[in-house]
Amino acid sequence: MATVFKRPHALKDLSMHYCPGCTHGIVHRLIAEVIDELGIEGKTIGVSPVGCTYNNYEYFNCDMVQAAHGRAPAVGTGIKRVNPDNLVFTYQGDGDLAAIGTAEIVHAATRGEKITSIFVNNAIYGMTSGQMAPTTLMNQVTTTSPFGRKPDLHGFPVKVCELLSTLEGAVYVERVSVHDIKNIMNAKKAIKKAFQIQMAGKGFAIVEILSTCPTNWGLKPVDALKWVQDKMIPFYPLGNFKGKDLEV
Amino acid sequence: MGEKLLMKGNEVIAEAALRAGCKHYFGYPITPQTEIAHYMAKKMPEVDGVFVQAESEVAAINMVYGAAAAGARVLTSSSSPGISLKQEGISYIAGAELPCVIVNIVRCGPGLGGILPAQCDYFQAVKGGGHGDYKMVVLAPSSVQELYELTVDAFNIADKYRIVTMIMGDGILGQMMEAVEFRNQEEIIPADKSWATTGTEMKRDNNMVTSIYINPEMLEKHNQKLQAKYKQIEENETRVEVYNCENPDIIITAFGTVARIVKNVIKTAEKEGIKIGLIRPISLWPFPTQEFEKYAEVPKAFLSVELNAGQMVEDVKLAVNGKRPVHFYGRMGGMIPSQQEILDKVKEILK
Amino acid sequence: MAKVTFFEEKCKGCKLCTTVCPKNIVVMDTNKLNQKGFHPAGVSDMDKCIGCAFCATICPDCVIEVEK
Repeated sequence: MATVFKRPHALKDLSMHYCPGCTHGIVHRLIAEVIDELGIEGKTIGVSPVGCTYNNYEYFNCDMVQAAHGRAPAVGTGIKRVNPDNLVFTYQGDGDLAAIGTAEIVHAATRGEKITSIFVNNAIYGMTSGQMAPTTLMNQVTTTSPFGRKPDLHGFPVKVCELLSTLEGAVYVERVSVHDIKNIMNAKKAIKKAFQIQMAGKGFAIVEILSTCPTNWGLKPVDALKWVQDKMIPFYPLGNFKGKDLEV
Repeated sequence: MGEKLLMKGNEVIAEAALRAGCKHYFGYPITPQTEIAHYMAKKMPEVDGVFVQAESEVAAINMVYGAAAAGARVLTSSSSPGISLKQEGISYIAGAELPCVIVNIVRCGPGLGGILPAQCDYFQAVKGGGHGDYKMVVLAPSSVQELYELTVDAFNIADKYRIVTMIMGDGILGQMMEAVEFRNQEEIIPADKSWATTGTEMKRDNNMVTSIYINPEMLEKHNQKLQAKYKQIEENETRVEVYNCENPDIIITAFGTVARIVKNVIKTAEKEGIKIGLIRPISLWPFPTQEFEKYAEVPKAFLSVELNAGQMVEDVKLAVNGKRPVHFYGRMGGMIPSQQEILDKVKEILK
Repeated sequence: MAKVTFFEEKCKGCKLCTTVCPKNIVVMDTNKLNQKGFHPAGVSDMDKCIGCAFCATICPDCVIEVEK
């Protein structure tokens, strides 16, 4: 019998610290699988954010750099500009990218930086225990919107893919999810395409991945997957916003 | 020595960086230093280097962090308000032990302040404007020639010790033109950059550039390693000029542009039979403490003259350690002290 | 015939794998606790396994290896 599924080489054989059922773990594995399949581990540099995945530089086998909160796209720009033949991916959560790091992601995109941005949207700040994020949904209860998010008090959630798709420099913008098998396969395809677009040097690519936070949503992991489907996807429609037919 | 040119200070910094093998510049416009960015924008393509105008100084310093992590000689420049924005990034770069050169062409503050020259960022630079126990090497040129020479040195120091090295000038130095003589060949001291994140190429374990150590024992060990490095730098990289201090009545201490005014005051005072010495710190950190200890009991008093409300004077007091009174005279807001003002202050002290 | 291996010590008992098995043979082993204190997931009837790897696909912690 042949092995049909095992831990990708680009992911270290370590137990990751994420909460039970947190789909960050799936996203990490998908990135590593793509790196393996494209044979680019030796040329790839990943950039870790600040947030739950602040130390995911310990989990990948490629060279890694840890960035200040919100600044991964700038750090990635610096790395890529020094060694354009390297492949650079940035890994960020919604607080990191869409709150403190908004300027950095917008300008990395509009400059057309040839990096791959992996943006994990779980509608909450996980690491600091459940605060409202820019992508927190309307009426969603968090530790800083204890009575539910209200427009007059907290304003409206940010749709990052729609926002970035208006920028020339962003050539590939896709929103996916990892809440079921079909969507996990789809997410992997999008991540692979985003890396291939970087390999072809076409411009800035971003994949927004709807993800769960069982602990801070106060849901069992299995129910959290359902919450993505029932609550997040209606507001954050999945699909391609830019570069669907881009040849790689 | 080679070519001799009449050049503007800011442009000399950029030229020096290029000559020092710096091929990556990330910056943002702010008066009075933006000519550095203009020069880099024009010249980097000639050496197939990289010039990026960032969306903010915060982004720029983080691009520097990335480029330094990738093993490049990298420069950013700004002026006081912009340098404030870079402080968090500087602390990260210090924690991750990445080499880079940062230029601060100081302008008067606080807040938007003004665009005229000042020295009011001394504390921010030498006491640490960012969070955590870290140090930057801070070099204070007082001529366009020194802007050139110290910028080249800065890259060697940064690489040798994997430390942020700052060139702290002021608006005068940045904007004025002076003759500068370039060397035919720069001494670029090679440094081991096997730690850099350039891709494992499947030939080595992966490199990780980080400043976080969630385990306290490890973070304390890391901090002790940084402190040991700073000690070593204090012993090896202190730079100071001692001028006319054989048996002075008073020793003035000043850095940068102000030191040049003081040298004129020394000549004038000589004619009036007043002997003034000058101790000019060239490295603001590491501070030339030993020099002050050596001369502590020589003059009747010390006088620190600065373009601020009194910052370096505190370090002079610490170094003189009470052996002689240490006076202060300063101008703020972009005002520059005249020679007469300084001479009057000297006379007042010596009465 | 197919075979799955569960590295039980890495399992965090999140149960995601139990919701996707087309043969409903992935179950939590409530008689056992791993070092982390979780009931690890496992397969009740290996013969029925078709090696689709759905369980491994949705596992966030690379607990499962699949052979076919």
